[in-house]
Amino acid sequence: MIEIDELTKTYGAATVVDNVSLRVEDGEIVVVVGTSGSGKTTLLRMINRLVEPTSGRVRIDGLDTRDTPAYELRRRIGYAIQGHGLFPHRTVGQNIATVPELLKWPRRKIDARVDELLRLFQLEPRQYRNRLPAELSGGQQQRVGVARALAAAPKLLLMDEPFGALDPIIRAKAQEDLVEIQKQLGTTILLVTHDMEEAIHLGNRIAVMDDGHLLQYASPREIIARPATSFVGELIGAGERPFRLLSLTTVGEISHPGNAQGAPVSAGMSLRDAYAECLWSRRTTLPVADASGAVIGMVTLHDLEQRAGRPA
Amino acid sequence: MSDAATVLPSRARPVAIDRLGVLIALIIAVAWIFLPFATDKANRIVQGQGRIAFDSLPPWQAALLAAIVALSLAVAFFRTPTLWRLLVSVAALAILLILMGQSAFFLTPPGNKLVRISPGAGFWVLLFAYLLFAADALTRLKLPPWLRIGALALAAIALALLLVSGDLNGLSIMKEYFVRADAFWREALTHMILAFGSLVAAIVVGVPLGILAYRRLRLRAIVLNVLNAVQTIPSIALFGLLIAPLAWVATHIPGAAAIGISGIGFTPAIVALFLYSLLPVVANTVVGLLGVPPDANDAARGMGMTDRQRLMGIELPLAFPVILTGIRIVLVQNIGLATVAALIGGGGFGVFVFQGIGQTALDLVLLGAVPTVLLAFAAAIILDAFVELTSIRQREEA
Repeated sequence: MIEIDELTKTYGAATVVDNVSLRVEDGEIVVVVGTSGSGKTTLLRMINRLVEPTSGRVRIDGLDTRDTPAYELRRRIGYAIQGHGLFPHRTVGQNIATVPELLKWPRRKIDARVDELLRLFQLEPRQYRNRLPAELSGGQQQRVGVARALAAAPKLLLMDEPFGALDPIIRAKAQEDLVEIQKQLGTTILLVTHDMEEAIHLGNRIAVMDDGHLLQYASPREIIARPATSFVGELIGAGERPFRLLSLTTVGEISHPGNAQGAPVSAGMSLRDAYAECLWSRRTTLPVADASGAVIGMVTLHDLEQRAGRPA
Repeated sequence: MSDAATVLPSRARPVAIDRLGVLIALIIAVAWIFLPFATDKANRIVQGQGRIAFDSLPPWQAALLAAIVALSLAVAFFRTPTLWRLLVSVAALAILLILMGQSAFFLTPPGNKLVRISPGAGFWVLLFAYLLFAADALTRLKLPPWLRIGALALAAIALALLLVSGDLNGLSIMKEYFVRADAFWREALTHMILAFGSLVAAIVVGVPLGILAYRRLRLRAIVLNVLNAVQTIPSIALFGLLIAPLAWVATHIPGAAAIGISGIGFTPAIVALFLYSLLPVVANTVVGLLGVPPDANDAARGMGMTDRQRLMGIELPLAFPVILTGIRIVLVQNIGLATVAALIGGGGFGVFVFQGIGQTALDLVLLGAVPTVLLAFAAAIILDAFVELTSIRQREEA
């Protein structure tokens, strides 16, 4: 569990982070979202003490982060950044092995861990282990960056706009992969982004920041339905609200028995995509199929519209 | 008929001409036709008389030389395969050098020990032209670094064989050498110590200084400005400035005079060379460290490397090619600059240069100058190859 207590950072007269407090539970994905200059990156960097707070405390599992030397603290926290920061003169394998080597793991354990992570990120070890970062595509570099952050199996992973440099198609895949991997490993993730869509998609809870202040810290549904300030409302966007709300639920959760015509949609599809499918195929009902393709029920356009309105 | 006309490429010429080759061919032609091949002096200090190739060599040797010159003109002028260009230029260099040696024997009357034969202006210009020709061919071949060093080694071995064979012994420059062979090797060693010793000292002091200057902006400004100022002091003036402090050290610090420190001679020479070497090393260290990708540095800190681990594992390795370039600049600079040390009794090849000037024996000047130039050339080639070798791993980055 991470406890951030009244964390503040000032540079001279400018207050970049103003008295922010929040708590992150184990295994959660918390996304800190805001525009440039909102202080979100500084907040993140105060957790692993790349920036030293002016006042306030950070406690991880009850221990104040100031009680250990900064470099030791950082070896136990994963850190993945937008530019991935891979070391150009070291191979993929050597990059990933960085923190385990700093922790003086035995060689065999390091090699095994490197291969395990490469497989987890769908990079065939024998092919990729000895390549240099410059020989990888942007998407592959980003994956290696995250793999490197997870190498020593940290309980906490800090990510600073990790998908920012990727093109939209690869970005969506990378986000899916992250959610999958987080489910497998149970890592607590604190992710910073300026993209509200990404925040809603990934976050169990979202912390909205503006001008150094924490405006709201709640679940995506809460933030969409009851934005704490007009700025939060603007970030959600009046034009996007209903669709963002729809994206939070899957078809399988609301399907009911019945027959509908036409091509079925998968139970895992979001309500937003189902709504789009209704509009596009000019249908008012959709059959719902499970993973094997068997039809298990249906949803109606009315069901979808009901759930797109402002919650009570 | 109109179809055939449209099929011809627009840049087709009946005969293709190589642009650089035209210049080289022109230089060769001028040297061969207008400039003397050898200079014939009655003794070592009088003005010599120029002689063309056909007067300096037995007829068949002169014909051989003429033949290779003609062939090289053709191969240079027209666009020919790079391998031909390389082979012809190397053959021309070999023949030129060997026959120069032969002409010394030919022009020296038997039993005459006073006559001095040395290469004429024509020889030097031809040598320059063929070296340019060969270097251009090598560059076009785009040899990888190891092969470049290999080619250099081959050239060095060939030159050594030529010297050992005695073919060049008739030339005036070799006669100067034989008179003072021991001194030559002694000064050669001194020259090496001056050049390399000052380089090593500059690395030991300059790289840490560069690291400090990289970390602290104010220190950086001060250090670079001071070193810039030092760089502008003319070498002879710097020697003069060093006399007083070094003499003070020699008198007042116990043991200093015993190990050879004094106001003139070797000490101020190596101290001056060291001071001149600092700027390239420090500046390149700073620039190299500044060139490390900021993301790599941030990631390194964020993952828990200590500052020292980051410096040794990330920053210095990535800055290394730039630092090595600075070292290369210093080494080539120092090999040349060490010649000036002779002015204050510091030794080195400059001894022969200045002696030769004083005695108006130009071949003695050459005895000092030629080894210096060859060494600087070799150092540049070797270090450039190393810079490229260390950069290959990172060349694709950015």
